[in-house]
Amino acid sequence: MSDAPAPRTVFLDNGLKILIQEVHTAPLASVWCWYKVGSRDEAPGHTGVSHWVEHMNFKGTTNIPREKVKGIIEEFGGSWNGYTWIDETTYLETATRDALDRMLFIEAERMANGLYEPEECESERTVIISELEGGENDPDQLLEMEVNAAAFKAHPYGNPTIGWLSDLQRMTRDDLYGYYRRYYAPNNATLVVVGDVDPEDVIRRATQHFGAIPPGTVPARTLSVEPAQLGERRVMVEKEGTTAYLKVAYHAPAATDEAFFALLVIDAVLTGAKGLNLWSSSRTPPPQRSARLYRALVEGRLASSVSGGLLPTADPYLYTVSITAREGTPLEAVELATVAEIDRVAREGITPEELDKARNQLRARLVFENDSVTNIAHQLGFFETIASVDLFLSVGDRIRRVTRDQVAAAAARVLRPTNRTIGWFKPLPTGS
Amino acid sequence: MTIDARQGLSPTRQRLQNGALVIARESRVTPAVTITASVQSGTGTDPRDLPGLAHFLSRVIDRGTESRSGDEIAELLDSRGVSLTVSAMRHAFVVSCTCLAEDFSTMLGLVADVMRNPSLPESEIATRRGEIVTSIRQDQDNPAMVAVDEELALLYPDGHPYGRRVKGTIETVEQIDRRALQSLHHDRFTPAQLVVVCVGDVDPGRAVDETGNAFGDWRGCPVTPLVVPSPARANERRRAVFPMMNKAQADIAYGFNTISRLDRSYYAFSLMDNVLGQYALGGRLGDSIRERQGMAYYVFSAFEPNLGEGPLVIRAGVNPANVDRAIVSIDEEIRRMAADGLTVQELEASKRYLIGSMPRMLETNAGIATFLQSCEQFGLGMDHDMKLSELLTAVTLDQVNEIAKRFLVPERATITIAGPYEGHDV
Repeated sequence: MSDAPAPRTVFLDNGLKILIQEVHTAPLASVWCWYKVGSRDEAPGHTGVSHWVEHMNFKGTTNIPREKVKGIIEEFGGSWNGYTWIDETTYLETATRDALDRMLFIEAERMANGLYEPEECESERTVIISELEGGENDPDQLLEMEVNAAAFKAHPYGNPTIGWLSDLQRMTRDDLYGYYRRYYAPNNATLVVVGDVDPEDVIRRATQHFGAIPPGTVPARTLSVEPAQLGERRVMVEKEGTTAYLKVAYHAPAATDEAFFALLVIDAVLTGAKGLNLWSSSRTPPPQRSARLYRALVEGRLASSVSGGLLPTADPYLYTVSITAREGTPLEAVELATVAEIDRVAREGITPEELDKARNQLRARLVFENDSVTNIAHQLGFFETIASVDLFLSVGDRIRRVTRDQVAAAAARVLRPTNRTIGWFKPLPTGS
Repeated sequence: MTIDARQGLSPTRQRLQNGALVIARESRVTPAVTITASVQSGTGTDPRDLPGLAHFLSRVIDRGTESRSGDEIAELLDSRGVSLTVSAMRHAFVVSCTCLAEDFSTMLGLVADVMRNPSLPESEIATRRGEIVTSIRQDQDNPAMVAVDEELALLYPDGHPYGRRVKGTIETVEQIDRRALQSLHHDRFTPAQLVVVCVGDVDPGRAVDETGNAFGDWRGCPVTPLVVPSPARANERRRAVFPMMNKAQADIAYGFNTISRLDRSYYAFSLMDNVLGQYALGGRLGDSIRERQGMAYYVFSAFEPNLGEGPLVIRAGVNPANVDRAIVSIDEEIRRMAADGLTVQELEASKRYLIGSMPRMLETNAGIATFLQSCEQFGLGMDHDMKLSELLTAVTLDQVNEIAKRFLVPERATITIAGPYEGHDV
């Protein structure tokens, strides 16, 4: 498994870290600007502020008036986007290489000169509430929100990134702008540029656009440590619906913990390897037909789908197995079979053949998920934000080095009944 | 390897003696290859009384062949980190995968085996039937799916293939048996219908040779030519509400019948659609409904022409209190575009966007494979990537405005609403 090439790393005087990787396979460049701020940084009463601020940062700046936002990157055939999650907020543009300067300009403007017009904040409040309501239409998302909230008592990872409705209804423009100004500083950001570019040119242009932005005093991140769970937790969502869903979530190691990679192998054995790219891993389904939970649940005609979720995070987060019960199958039976398979891994470990297969799967997924300048840039910035780019560069090696003993140790540590939260979505008949 | 803008993709295209077509394009961006094998048979050829047949076949075709059990296929795939994706689209049944370059021969062999020799075991049929039924039940609880399914049913009535549910109904899925699946495979899966596309870290000559080895001795019977009837067009405004009071948000689908992909006004229509509901964050519709009024997280238009006359459907997800206001806003934008047309600036901006986005679209192996397969399906030519810029540039404002005037008529719109809304007429 060949590991990814190291990007060139440069720091500006104001603390902005720049990662540059030349990829000359297409006349494209991808620019991402990452901030170490996410829903973990939100105070009670202000849940959802990181995500709302992300939305506001598409609403015009001092030098990009509102009416000029539309088309600013499209004229280069480019796409743009952004997302917020628990540890990070990020923005991207991918376009033809001649848009490089424009992309850097946009990101510098976003960092320093957001307008936050009061009427725009109000208009976006209802857009975000619409986004939340759209999510609530999906029983699986509803259940995920409940399970996460139950799994964390102290750490803010338990809050939904989109926020709780009452907070979204109450927060003010000043709350948003204050948060923006606290966290959007060059010394809290990583700029990533990947593509058909000359690194010296990138550095020159980045210095020109970002160099004059002063560093800020960024608040220390939360120090709350989730206490050890003392017993299995259960949540039940009962709502009108057609289909039953089950989630089994275990507190999982952070990305910097070597056990994380052993758990990746376990997930591959249980549900098939997904890879590590939050941006692209859902494009293709995992190879899972011989995975233990797929065999027990889907081939066993108890479920119509099963998936595992394990992503690199700064602090210990969750490993979640999600199951859609097959029509007519009681959740009790689905849970029994699921837990039996997971417990078997904890008790007996995995076979040498399963370890080989998991490594092969992960090796292939790492190739597939780094097939574009956008995906490569995502991975560099994502890992730098939640841990370090060095961790990303060593991912292949770390997976290669996982042993069965490490898998057994990780399984014994993570896959304990007292470490899990079980959630049911129980559909009620119409009109109940 | 950078794509040379002057030469474009310039893939190798070769027809085998049995009529099968191979298209190969080398790209060494990653040590991987994407393979797609398709036949021109999708949900559009489902028997009128058995919708869901092609979709059912897509769920079971790769679960066993004459020489391999389902378990053997599972091991072959999983040990290489490969997942097969099988899709039954309106007029294409596609088996595709991306594999490491070292696994190309093995995976091409498996794709050929699956396309040619599915054994369709009864036990697998029973297992997949339960999955499909569950999936249909999930769709019934999803306002977006309900709104779109019902929209298409109204736009394409009288058993038109585009109006039938892709997955069928629970009743038809229960009726589909092994014999029906075998018949579909026998009747529609033939080498003359087959297009294999290989893109990635493999020499095109080798890709053609190995595809010849895998498919060259395949024989099949002639296929009845595909005829897609024109739908009965609406001559009045139609509106249907599907209350789902357990939900938080309502989904609106607002649409029209349009043209086929082969229609000469396709590029003018695409540009109009881009300005209406695509450009940046949902075009004019996004400006009004999301950006100015803050009513929706998503609002966009989707123009989906096919071998037959496909739909243009505007979609929005809104709070139930805003359903009526959102429909009024869509009406206003539709009426304004039909009456006043696009501006020159809007048209030029959309042209620049669609032309400029080509390198992104063709960056990955999967992107190139999908593009080439589509070029072949619609007879666009293997140099279509080179011609696209010219085709879009040649579209005039008058042509686009004529399309807007002809198709964007609120008085003939078909509107469906699904969600926590019981509604009143707008």
